[in-house]
Amino acid sequence: MSNFASRTAPRESALVRWSLTAGVLVFLGLFLVLPLAAVIAEALGAGLRVYWESITEPDALSALRLTFLVAAIAVPLNMVFGVCAAWAIAKFRFRGRGLLLTLIDLPLAVSPVVSGMVYVLLFGLHGWFGPWLRERDIEIIFALPGIVLATIFVTFPYVARELIPLMEAQGNEQEEAALVLGASGLQTFVRVTLPNIKWGLLYGVILCNARAMGEFGAVSVVSGHIRGKTNTLPLHVEILYNEYNTAAAFACASLLAMLGLVTLVAKQVVGRLARGAQDDGVGSELLAGGGAR
Amino acid sequence: MSIRVSNITKRFGRFIAVDDVSLTIPDGQLVALLGPSGSGKSTLLRIIAGLEQPDTMGEKGKAAAAIHLAGAEVSATKVAERGIGFVFQHYALFRHMTVFENIAFGLRVMPRATRPTKGEIAERVNELLGLMQIDSLGGRLPSQLSGGQRQRVALARALATKPSVLLLDEPFGALDAKVRQGLRKWLRKLHDEIHVTSVFVTHDQEEALELADRVVVMNRGRIEQEGTPDELFHRPATPFVAEFLGQVNLIKGHIHNGHAILAGNVTLPHNAPGLVTDGRQARLYIRPHEIELSATALSHGLPVRLLRVRLAGPTVKVEALGPDSQTLDIELSHDRWRQLNLNPGDEAFARPSDVRIFPDDYAI
Repeated sequence: MSNFASRTAPRESALVRWSLTAGVLVFLGLFLVLPLAAVIAEALGAGLRVYWESITEPDALSALRLTFLVAAIAVPLNMVFGVCAAWAIAKFRFRGRGLLLTLIDLPLAVSPVVSGMVYVLLFGLHGWFGPWLRERDIEIIFALPGIVLATIFVTFPYVARELIPLMEAQGNEQEEAALVLGASGLQTFVRVTLPNIKWGLLYGVILCNARAMGEFGAVSVVSGHIRGKTNTLPLHVEILYNEYNTAAAFACASLLAMLGLVTLVAKQVVGRLARGAQDDGVGSELLAGGGAR
Repeated sequence: MSIRVSNITKRFGRFIAVDDVSLTIPDGQLVALLGPSGSGKSTLLRIIAGLEQPDTMGEKGKAAAAIHLAGAEVSATKVAERGIGFVFQHYALFRHMTVFENIAFGLRVMPRATRPTKGEIAERVNELLGLMQIDSLGGRLPSQLSGGQRQRVALARALATKPSVLLLDEPFGALDAKVRQGLRKWLRKLHDEIHVTSVFVTHDQEEALELADRVVVMNRGRIEQEGTPDELFHRPATPFVAEFLGQVNLIKGHIHNGHAILAGNVTLPHNAPGLVTDGRQARLYIRPHEIELSATALSHGLPVRLLRVRLAGPTVKVEALGPDSQTLDIELSHDRWRQLNLNPGDEAFARPSDVRIFPDDYAI
């Protein structure tokens, strides 16, 4: 394979190289850059004043606040769950390990709409726990808890998926060394495991956060679209768009797009820092590979 | 501190890694666990450390597994509390910590009540850096060290908490031959200075024989033989030990009147041990340097034809073809070889000066 590559790759004619590169660039331009530019152009099309008003009107601010709040709850929880799951899967061999691994991937496999429906089925008015919850005046569906639950479900795999290959590659030896040296389980985790996975963890958290803020399908099902109350930013964009309020919709969409750009930059920075820190290459290779997912 | 393990069995699925092993390691000695890969030596070491638990379900009639350190039973004691220093095969250095922090780790994680002060920790680490002759490396990261230096850091880290037992898993396995030689001598010297009871695992018989006070030879989860290097080399108790330790020729023969008879009707003068009775097939182990070579006929000498001669090295190595097409490796001094005035292709006579005889049905 490598022979093949090294023999042919450098000898490709200039024409082939240029046309391939050009093809990729055109594709990227058409499908990635152009839409992004269109979003910003549309957002600013009606003037800066309209833009500013659209993103500072109470409903938009409320949606922005809710989006941040949901992410602020869901991401730390998924960070803890993700580390626990990755730890269990990477460091131990037990019955049902394969099943657990599959379950972690479940949210990636099912449509977000289905994820949302599951919660409606469980906690909705006519759901399994619906009557029980209503008696106690606990609101889950069409309220913050439902949105948080749906977001947690959808974003669960990101941290764990990032950490499992990293932790598997690192093995158990350093933890064993710490234990033999007298460290407690907690000391071992804080002093040995965590520093070894910190870049991977941060990377996973960034991806998890990006998905949490941008999630539409699952949240849409459980939110109820109550303006100023249960609308997250993506839902708010949709409502505005459906109301033919294009300028405002694109203004809010540009906020989401910017969150995405910030995520990309943060990802790059973390990746670069990690490559600097992980001298033996294990971590950074995995990080670089993780970006392809 | 002495180590005593009794009736240790460990299975991984169907594979029996350690099979009912009992072993005593006297205080202050440097002991080698020697065996091929899969012989259970590393598992036994990890069980002593507490990194693996021995199987508790003993079979009927077998005594319960027990591990004693300095006379105290520690099976239920946690790894952290056994007071053991462990050097891992690939060192397992904390790669995000400097050499200094690696060595200080065991001291820093001590409970507050017994933890030394910062100054005391620094003093102990510097003392160890000196002992390991790596004074200048305290500020480096493990990735900036050579294999031999990492090995020393791993050792210093294991010794920092003053363990009463030091366990080393293939301590030289990941090093190249030259570095290995040097570190081997150095470790022996270190042990003579600090006298901590040490057990190391190795698959290299030369390493075990050169370094250890006692050697425990393991095969298929069991102990084949245990003794000083001298005992093992000169008086192997089983064919496995005879074959595993050093170069050896295996020749088949049979027993008649208490003596071994080889192909070509050559009788050896050596007495067969009691368990090899008359009429039985026997395996004879003869070391290359324990064969006398002569150009003229010798009593009890095998007629051989010389095939190949290698002169490079401290001794002359001759490959000869015996009766019944058995090849025989012979080693002799350069002086003796010149005296003999023989060449490849010549006929000669080979007489074993020492031979170990085992019954042929012995399973290896």
